[in-house]
Order: sequence, then C-alpha cells, then structure tokens
Amino acid sequence: MKALLLSLMLLLPFSAQAAIDAYEFSDEQKEARFQQLTGELRCPKCQNQNIADSDAPLASDLRREVHRMLEEGESDEGIIDFMVTRYGDFVLYRPRVNETTWLLWYGPFVLLGIGVLVVVLISRNRRQSTPTGPKASSEVGGQYQASEGLTTEEAERLNKLLQRDSDQ
Amino acid sequence: MNNRKLFAFIPLVIFIVLGIFLWRGLSIDPTELPSALADNKRPVPAFELPSLTEPSVMLSNADLKGEVALLNVWATWCPTCKEEHGFLNRLAQDEGVTIYGINYKDEPAKAREWLRRYLNPYKKVILDEKGTLGLDMGVYGAPETYVLDADGVVRYRHVGAVDASVWKTLQQVMAQVEQEAVK
Repeated sequence: MKALLLSLMLLLPFSAQAAIDAYEFSDEQKEARFQQLTGELRCPKCQNQNIADSDAPLASDLRREVHRMLEEGESDEGIIDFMVTRYGDFVLYRPRVNETTWLLWYGPFVLLGIGVLVVVLISRNRRQSTPTGPKASSEVGGQYQASEGLTTEEAERLNKLLQRDSDQ
Repeated sequence: MNNRKLFAFIPLVIFIVLGIFLWRGLSIDPTELPSALADNKRPVPAFELPSLTEPSVMLSNADLKGEVALLNVWATWCPTCKEEHGFLNRLAQDEGVTIYGINYKDEPAKAREWLRRYLNPYKKVILDEKGTLGLDMGVYGAPETYVLDADGVVRYRHVGAVDASVWKTLQQVMAQVEQEAVK
C-alpha cells in the first residue's frame, strides 16, 4: 500500500507540469526566443505580470499567438508589432525609443549630467573659497593680526613672509 | 551670494514638479488602458465569423457599417455583462440605439439561452468563440463597449459596464461622430 502511494506521489510532478501549456518548438533557438518574448510582453489583463507568468486566459491566448507566429517564421520585431497594434505600447516591458519615450530613456542620463555639473560647481566654489580663508582674519594697515583664524605666532610668520616677498 | 540664493530654491522646484506628477497620478486609473484602435481611429479589424443567432449566416466588417453604433463585447461567464445587460436593453428599446454584439470566448448554446432569457438588445451578434476577433481588437476584459462610426471605424472604447454615467459619455461621443459625418 505504502509503495503504491509513494509511486503515485512520484507521478505528481508530471501531472503538475501538464497544467502548464506545453509548446513544441521546431528548434531550440525558437524556444529561447519564445521565453525571451513572453518575458518581455506585459499581460494587458493582469497588470504587472508578463505573459509568461500570468495564468489569465488572455495571457494564454497571447502565448499561443507568439508560438504560432514563431513557428510561422515571424521575426521578433513582427511579433512585437502584432502585439502593439492590438494592445498599444502598454504591452512592452521594454518601451521603444521614440519621441514620447525620450524622457524615459535619456532622462536619467540628463539627471546624472546635472548631478555631475552641480558637484563640479560646488567643489570649484570650495577650492576658490579656501585660499581666501586668512582674509577672514583682521588686517590692519597691511599687517595681519591674531584673530580667530590666526594665532599670534602665525600672524607674525605671515607678516614676515609677506615682508620677504615684497622685499624681493 | 545671488547664486546661492537661487540654489536654495532647487528643492522647492523639485518638490513642486514631483507634486504635480504624483497628484496627476492619483486621478489615473491604471486598469484603464489606451485603445490602439480608438486612439488611431482604425476600422474594426477584418473578420469573417458566424452570427450567434443564425449560425448559418456569416458576418463581416460590412455588417457593422451604415450608422453610428455601439459594439459590445460580452460573454455569459462575465458577471459584469449580466449587470449591464438590462441597461443595454433599455438603450436599444427606448433610445433606439443600434448595438452590435461580440459574443467573446463563450459557449454558443449558453449565449443563445442568455439572450432568450434576458432579451436581445443586439442588432447582430458576432460569434467569436475562439476570441480571435477579440484579440485583433485588443479586448482585454469583458465587457467592453466601442463606439463605431458609419464607416465601421472605432472612435471610442469603454472597458467595464455601461451605466447611466458611462452612457452620457458614449452619447456625447456618438453625437460628435455624427456631427463630423455631416460636415
């Protein structure tokens, strides 16, 4: 009895597999293209699923159509056109590049460019403002004096150095 | 300094732009898809299918031409179709609207029984047992209702049940299509 049950259980995986529509392909390349296409086409009924994943009857119809067209020797482009003329651009998980999708495709690069520009501008501003730092300390009659930025010793050294420069 | 003041406004600008997009997103129904047929004013795709009511008669595009009409996709397995059926009956009887039907992926016997029991608002019913015409039209859920002009060109699509408020929109579209035809 146990053995019978066990052998029946072993059959389970096969019956489960039969529920998934089994398509036969004339060559392996077509099967790979089928996987690729059904993975990229979006199911219009059950949104946010591709037609490969969806259990909706409509998705199964669309898989059948994809299979039929592949076997008829249709190109990927032709199959995608077929879907778009019926269900619109909505079915494409990878939208085509055209005027309406330029923002979508190139927008991130534009944003990246703006980001880089801002970083460059900010760092340049910083670099310009660093050398002007000592100016923040008080300067009286061409002589630097001790302040928040400079200690007394530093002020004296700075004055000496400047003196030496102007002597030359 | 002036530059820095301008920079301070950038977050505000970003916030406003994002706000506009998100606010608009609230009023968009994601389940409502654009119709490739209606948006591009394409005719109903070519078909050659039997009539549900008279199976020996073949129907084609020519049968949908002649006047501004509604084309309703329905099936007995679709509960919302039952919901709208009474309203379609009223439209056909009281308002004299021409309605064509597509019986989509259904069992013909059941569909005929349905029309006997709940009355038939359709001038003609196309029997699309395998859903091929539905697929060509981009049908993704029954019920769907299309507005056709006199040349059989799709002008509008509504997905979901037709009720009084939807009918107002459909009526407007039909009036507009009729006006265009007069010009």
